[in-house]
Amino acid sequence: MCTACEDLVDPKEIKLDEIIAKYQNEKGPLIPILQEAQEVYGYLPAHVLKHISKATRIPLSRIYGVVTFYAQFRLTPVGRNLINVCMGTACHVRGGAKVLETLEKELKIKDGATTEDGRFTLEIVACIGACGLAPVISINNEVHGRLLPEKIAGILAKYE
Amino acid sequence: MEWFTITIDGREVSVPKGTTVLEACRMNNIPIPTLCHDPELTPSGACRLCVVQIEGMRNLPPSCVTQVAQGMKIETQNPKVRAARKTILELLVANHPLDCMTCEKMGNCSLAEYAYEYGVKGDVFAGEKRDLPVDDANPFIIRDPNKCILCGKCIKACTEIQGKSRLDFSFRGFNTQVGPAYNIPLNESDCDFCGSCVSVCPVGALTEKQMAGKGRPWEVTKVQTTCPFCGVGCNFDLNVKDGKVIGVTSNPQAPVNGKALCVKGRFGMDMIYSSRRITTPLIRKDGVLVPAEWDEALDLVASKFREIKDAYGANALASLSSAHCTNEENYLMQKFMRAVIGTNNVDHCART
Amino acid sequence: MAENQKILVCAGTGCASSGALPIIDILKEEIKRQGLEETVTIVGTGCQGFCEKGPTIVIEPQHVLYTRVQGEDIAEIVASDVMKGERVERLLLLDTETQKPVTKMSDIRFFAKQHRIVLKNCGVIDPQRIQDYTARDGYKALEKVLKEMKPNEVIEEVKKSGLRGRGGAGFPTGLKWSFCQQTPSDKKYIICNADEGDPGAFMDRSVLEGDPHSVIEGMLIGAFAMGVDEGYVYCRAEYPLAIKHLSIAIKQAEEAGFLGDNILNSGFNFRLKVFAGAGAFVCGEETALMASIEGKRGMPRVRPPFPAVSGLWGKPTNINNVETWSNIPHIIRHGAEWYAQFGTEKSKGTKIFALTGKVNNTGLVEVPMGTTLREIIFDIGGGIQNGKAFKAVQIGGPSGGCLPENMLDLSVDYETLTNAGAMVGSGGLVIMDETTCMVDIARFFVNFSQKESCGKCTPCREGNKRMYDILDKITKGEGKIEDLDTLENLALTIKETSLCGLGQNAPNPVLATLKYFRHEFEAHILEHKCPAHVCSALLSYAIDADKCKKCGLCAKNCPANCIKGDKNTPYVINQDECIKCGTCLDKCKFGAVTRS
Repeated sequence: MCTACEDLVDPKEIKLDEIIAKYQNEKGPLIPILQEAQEVYGYLPAHVLKHISKATRIPLSRIYGVVTFYAQFRLTPVGRNLINVCMGTACHVRGGAKVLETLEKELKIKDGATTEDGRFTLEIVACIGACGLAPVISINNEVHGRLLPEKIAGILAKYE
Repeated sequence: MEWFTITIDGREVSVPKGTTVLEACRMNNIPIPTLCHDPELTPSGACRLCVVQIEGMRNLPPSCVTQVAQGMKIETQNPKVRAARKTILELLVANHPLDCMTCEKMGNCSLAEYAYEYGVKGDVFAGEKRDLPVDDANPFIIRDPNKCILCGKCIKACTEIQGKSRLDFSFRGFNTQVGPAYNIPLNESDCDFCGSCVSVCPVGALTEKQMAGKGRPWEVTKVQTTCPFCGVGCNFDLNVKDGKVIGVTSNPQAPVNGKALCVKGRFGMDMIYSSRRITTPLIRKDGVLVPAEWDEALDLVASKFREIKDAYGANALASLSSAHCTNEENYLMQKFMRAVIGTNNVDHCART
Repeated sequence: MAENQKILVCAGTGCASSGALPIIDILKEEIKRQGLEETVTIVGTGCQGFCEKGPTIVIEPQHVLYTRVQGEDIAEIVASDVMKGERVERLLLLDTETQKPVTKMSDIRFFAKQHRIVLKNCGVIDPQRIQDYTARDGYKALEKVLKEMKPNEVIEEVKKSGLRGRGGAGFPTGLKWSFCQQTPSDKKYIICNADEGDPGAFMDRSVLEGDPHSVIEGMLIGAFAMGVDEGYVYCRAEYPLAIKHLSIAIKQAEEAGFLGDNILNSGFNFRLKVFAGAGAFVCGEETALMASIEGKRGMPRVRPPFPAVSGLWGKPTNINNVETWSNIPHIIRHGAEWYAQFGTEKSKGTKIFALTGKVNNTGLVEVPMGTTLREIIFDIGGGIQNGKAFKAVQIGGPSGGCLPENMLDLSVDYETLTNAGAMVGSGGLVIMDETTCMVDIARFFVNFSQKESCGKCTPCREGNKRMYDILDKITKGEGKIEDLDTLENLALTIKETSLCGLGQNAPNPVLATLKYFRHEFEAHILEHKCPAHVCSALLSYAIDADKCKKCGLCAKNCPANCIKGDKNTPYVINQDECIKCGTCLDKCKFGAVTRS
């Protein structure tokens, strides 16, 4: 390949092909491929799913079915900071709903949405297993425990 | 073959080993309601309408996927079974538009039939209903996802019979949908409109667009015929109302193809009444095509053939025949070329 | 100063969230500064169990537990306890009854009543070092099996131990193994189900994080017994630390010759892979889990055929959960009789519970089967927080039920709990007090189940949604008394006609709350009142103008910013904007805020 063409190749696409190649002789490769592709792209854009479908010969309808089935997969880009609000039982009985309500009000978005400025994405998760610290949220995998609604604004301010 | 003696609703019957409870009931004319079952597709046990009570078994097992065992005691109509089926129907109806009066499926809808039998009015459960866009952007199929009961038969028809896998489930729980990837309109997907999905849909979620509003099932006479489009010989039913063909439906008994058809066979019958259809021979006179009698036309063709053959030899002529014709017609065509014209220049559109 | 001291710092998910990781670094630096590197070892361990009081550290051999340790406490701990053997009293736990600091860890009530078999190594060893595991007899059971036992003998031993599946259903493990063993096939699989999806449960996560080799050893023994050469651990992607520790452990076990070909020169081969789940509760169901490994939507399929006959890729497959596998090495090492001495007649051994909710000591506890709920909640758990009254214990997650106070003396075993309308489940125990609304709890669980329903069968997909609709209506005060009958009938139909365990058990929280807390439903419907003051539509907050001292504390803390007033005018809540969070009520020092 000439150097001019090399510049035109998206490095992410090269990575995607490497991921697919890594699993080509594995049984049932779809979910690991999607997980790793999402790590590369931050989400799963349509052209990526189409490419995976072509390369693995798995029908696109089935891939779309799998992507929409599992909570982990995203079809839209995520904001700069990802807030996971734990809605496990322990968090629920210790006031998780109020934490969520406050977050929704503060950010003016609902579950699954991203703020207009792309600063935050809000997602409800079933349980992050930090039940001892309930109610908890995690922002970019950093856990904030023993929360109270009035603490929210201060925590959000730390994330740009 | 090993036979099992079982009791259904107090009646002792014998069925072969490997039979499902549903098959055993149907063999003995005992009705069981089903929505997701189709003998041509792999069973899924999803709709749960076919539940029965079996002595010694926990809960109410679905008859479509439960195999009979020696001495099994089955009850198909006791109050508990009927109440469970009624609740399942109530649940389906609660999430289904009740526009049956204008629904194309009326008279042929399994959900409506069972709702009638079980006295389901749709007033037990209130709440959210699916509200998704109806897909009718293509000329052949109207897809109304709001009427879908998620039995999954269309997905299986597309995958198991057609080998296409254009349809699948997406999302989950109450938000589950059936459609092509991204749930885009069918005409934007890779669907080639064979309509196999339509032929298995038990409700009005997938219907033939051309037949919309043309006639109710009870007004229609079904005339079995062989498809004229190619030489495969698929059979289907012409749906005839007042002496007019209004559409085509699969005939499960069709020996060659079962319920499967291609886009031409299932949706191409509008050509019967097409104004552009050629009904008499036409001869070009002074640059204009003019209707002619068959004798005149055939005489002209014969004389032209002879002219060419005399001037340039038999190999100056060649024939290309069509898959539209029957085997016998194609045989005659090549015989005519070899024996009458005297050339082996014979070809056929389905050769490649 | 004691020789060869060890400082065990809990680095499980709970304590890590409370700030344990920086503590390890600070501790290392402090030990170095004091020149103690030769005599003091610092171990980052898995979950020590006492999440409520995290970060926790244990100093051995003194056997002292320090709780809620912060970075600034480290210097003092090292200077006093490690170097001089003097306890840092302010960081010791107070006994719940005597209110005196407890110096010995084994005297702490939270630990005293526990019996740790599976958790023996959790919080004690460094899970990232295989040497720590082998030093505590790790892989001895595997050696015993490979050198001294025949596959049938292993299965007999497991059968005799009385071990039953710890994932929820309680099916006898040895019997399950024998099904898979007896199916002839050129290829078989075993799977460890680590898709711990119950909200409020973290037993499996803690075992994988804290003692991953015990799971690997259990699987190796099972693989040998059933004639299997390939296995998977299906772990939730939400547990990154568990996946990391497990992956490290697999690599180390391969290097040490415990995994791979010709293990310990016995001719036995076994390979183990980790499969990260992608977030679906239903994948805890065996057939859905296998569909997921095969790269499909996690939709359960009808059984039979059972996985032991046709499982992963159509091959005979055995699935057990983390805790079950982890029990196996102990049973083999100490014998079935030893194991069977713990527990009740039909439920043998111990069970780990994740104790959470409104209880003083939240955390991970392992007790012999047959321990009563009261012992777990009040003796180990230290009773209810803030002196409130106990109302219910939710056991078994979304598939379980809520039990009231008069059932606290029930023995925790499979049959007793199932008969009471709950289930052992995977082992989540969520404690609820007088401020928990049982209608709201029923709605919470049904909401969870309806969101996690795979959508395949009608009763689960549509039925759970309608149960949710009815419960939601009731919590808003719009319910009718007939709704309770509709709800109960629907719950029973879902239970009897759903395809898989998720659907069949989803109505349990509704049926149990209807059975034991019907009066709360009736209060919502007939009196439009939420007795626990939880259901916000039935609540309103107001400020008594006479009592208001105009301090503005309520307005300052209001997250909805809907309280207005100033130094001269009493504060007033704008009812349209109020989110009914109750912050103003908690903040007001003068009792001016009222809730009705």
